[in-house]
Amino acid sequence: MVGLAEPLGAVSPKATAESQDDARFTVEARFYEKQAEKRIQCKLCPRACVVGDRERGYCGVRENRGGTYYTLVYSRACAAHIDPIEKKPFFHYLPGTMAFSVATAGCNVNCKFCQNWDISQSRPEQVPANYAPPARVAELARQSACPTIAYTYSEPVVFVEYLMDTADAGHAAGIRSIVVSNGYIQEEPLRRAYGKMDAVKIDLKSFSESYYRQVVSGQLKPVLETLVALRRMEKWLEVVYLVVPTLNDSEQEFRDLARWVKGNLGVDVPLHFSQFHADYLLKNLPITPVATLERAKQIADAEGLHYVYIGNVPGHPAENTYCPKCRKMLVQRAGLQMTQMLIRKGACPFCNHAIPGVWHV
Amino acid sequence: MRLIPMTARRTFLKSCVGSLAFLATGEKIYPAEAVVSTAAEPPSRVVVARDPGLRGAGSSVDSGRLLRMLDRTMQALFRTERAAEAWTRMVRPGQRVALKVNSLGGRGISTNPLLVEAICERLQEAGVRATAIVVWDRDTRELERAGFRIAVGGNQVQCFGTDRVGYEDGLSSWGNVGSRVSKILTERCDVLINLPVLKDHDGAGVTIALKNLYGAIHNPNKYHPDGCNPYIADLNMLPEIHSRMRLTICDATTACFQGGPAYKPQYCWQENALIASQDPVALDTTGWQIIERKRAEHGLKTLEAENRGPRWLATAADPQHRLGTNDPRKIDRVEVALA
Ligand code: SF4
Repeated sequence: MVGLAEPLGAVSPKATAESQDDARFTVEARFYEKQAEKRIQCKLCPRACVVGDRERGYCGVRENRGGTYYTLVYSRACAAHIDPIEKKPFFHYLPGTMAFSVATAGCNVNCKFCQNWDISQSRPEQVPANYAPPARVAELARQSACPTIAYTYSEPVVFVEYLMDTADAGHAAGIRSIVVSNGYIQEEPLRRAYGKMDAVKIDLKSFSESYYRQVVSGQLKPVLETLVALRRMEKWLEVVYLVVPTLNDSEQEFRDLARWVKGNLGVDVPLHFSQFHADYLLKNLPITPVATLERAKQIADAEGLHYVYIGNVPGHPAENTYCPKCRKMLVQRAGLQMTQMLIRKGACPFCNHAIPGVWHV
Repeated sequence: MRLIPMTARRTFLKSCVGSLAFLATGEKIYPAEAVVSTAAEPPSRVVVARDPGLRGAGSSVDSGRLLRMLDRTMQALFRTERAAEAWTRMVRPGQRVALKVNSLGGRGISTNPLLVEAICERLQEAGVRATAIVVWDRDTRELERAGFRIAVGGNQVQCFGTDRVGYEDGLSSWGNVGSRVSKILTERCDVLINLPVLKDHDGAGVTIALKNLYGAIHNPNKYHPDGCNPYIADLNMLPEIHSRMRLTICDATTACFQGGPAYKPQYCWQENALIASQDPVALDTTGWQIIERKRAEHGLKTLEAENRGPRWLATAADPQHRLGTNDPRKIDRVEVALA
């Protein structure tokens, strides 16, 4: 991972909270409604927070100031790195390329297993950040020869204004945009913001409402609606399911999930079953056994999904892409690196079966 | 529940008789109406002291009268003739004391700096060094906006926000709460005294003692769903908070019955009161009753009827938490009327 704190520059990573209280980071939010007595209702994610004057929404990065709602994280990049696109993971979108990846503080859910909780569950003033306006991000991505800008690490829904303008700046510079998201977003911002994305990865954290309520502090239904809407928008879409031992690892849940994906998104949407590592508030659980991940894959394969992967297990054969028709290996991966690419003109070189994805810049 | 043991009801009545000295100065202490203690456990005492003349002719609080009300409050709470003795039961010389104020509402409705000054004076008289006292909230600028003079270093009472020192790197968790706690608590405090205000809250119903600790953690925004239940109770169980909490003195000189927690002058009134207890659940229950009384006077529905009754109070009192009692029969509400 390449840190780019210095080139982004105007605010030192050691900036104090006060020195970060900067008008540069504060712009009016785009998706909200004014209400009586200086209240506002946020229209960005399904929480639809009603926020009183001088209060913040659940995500902690949006504040009501005198009846006007502001995002406090515009251009406030608390992380900027160059990552392999496989790390997101995108397996069918520009494999083998690097993504210029940015994040701000904040998240609209609170997953008990979050690996980036120190930024996602913090307020912007608690996290050192750099001033990185959209044009600067696009310029840095171009200088770094990254074909994509990735909005990732925390939850891009909560920095949607920054994401939209950065995507525009990137497109103007010939750089595409990809987002790694929980899909917890209302319909209008989904259309307007994710409409600007070239590829979307959604973390579908479980297939049960109770898990979403208890472990994620969110709801499943809006995420499923987002997935269906993205499919209709014809965005390149991949889905990740983090398998947490004892909490969302039943065979029935794997089966329900696979059937839903097949019925609503189609058999060609890549589905990644990822291994859980203890973190944040779920430190008491063991790592996901590889056998469980393999069982999940078997079930999804049996339901007819064409591209089912196992993630976070470097060197596992299920990291590779195989032709669903002739079963030959087409893309070989080792951890986060693509080591072999055989797909030619979007098809299997052995049987000419079309392999969905965006394979070349 | 960690409380300094209270005496039984009979002893309480005796102590009221023993406090007749107040009558001589035109002040009375009398138990709240309809308080009948049937509990086997000693009741939790909540003192509500009022001074209708607190503001004299103007709208600002008279510091002398406020100090006197504070003294009467402490005397009644600790059943002692002398306020100084009450404070020595709270703190020992050499201890570090953190005063958690509420400064969200600016000058309109925050903990009154005059009250904080009075408490600092009494703490120092009890042997606490000025430099060992820190007046704090989440944010230094909010403290300034609420009228506090920021003081860092020097031979004086300290006053600043957590933004100056940050939060612990590690998480502290209990139940549904996982948070980083202010370093003011972990590095500068042996004894925590909570100095909230009395306010309506759009999500929690009311915000008084227990809710004020949202200002001690890095992620309070995460704990407003479901009427803040069970988050308020869980938060107060974090060891960093629970092990240090000794006393709550709620500044109810100005209070808010609707539209909180932000300052909305049309919904505020001058209650000219202090509410104190070592049982924060009992204090919040009492404060809630006072807010409901005011809401009724203004023809507003009860908080329950608005579906924002403070359900977290029952959680705070349940066997898992035991932070205090929310049962009015187990609360000895002592009203102190200053003439
Ligand atoms: S984006 Fe933030 S403020 Fe808006 S509804 Fe979601 S959590 Fe609430």
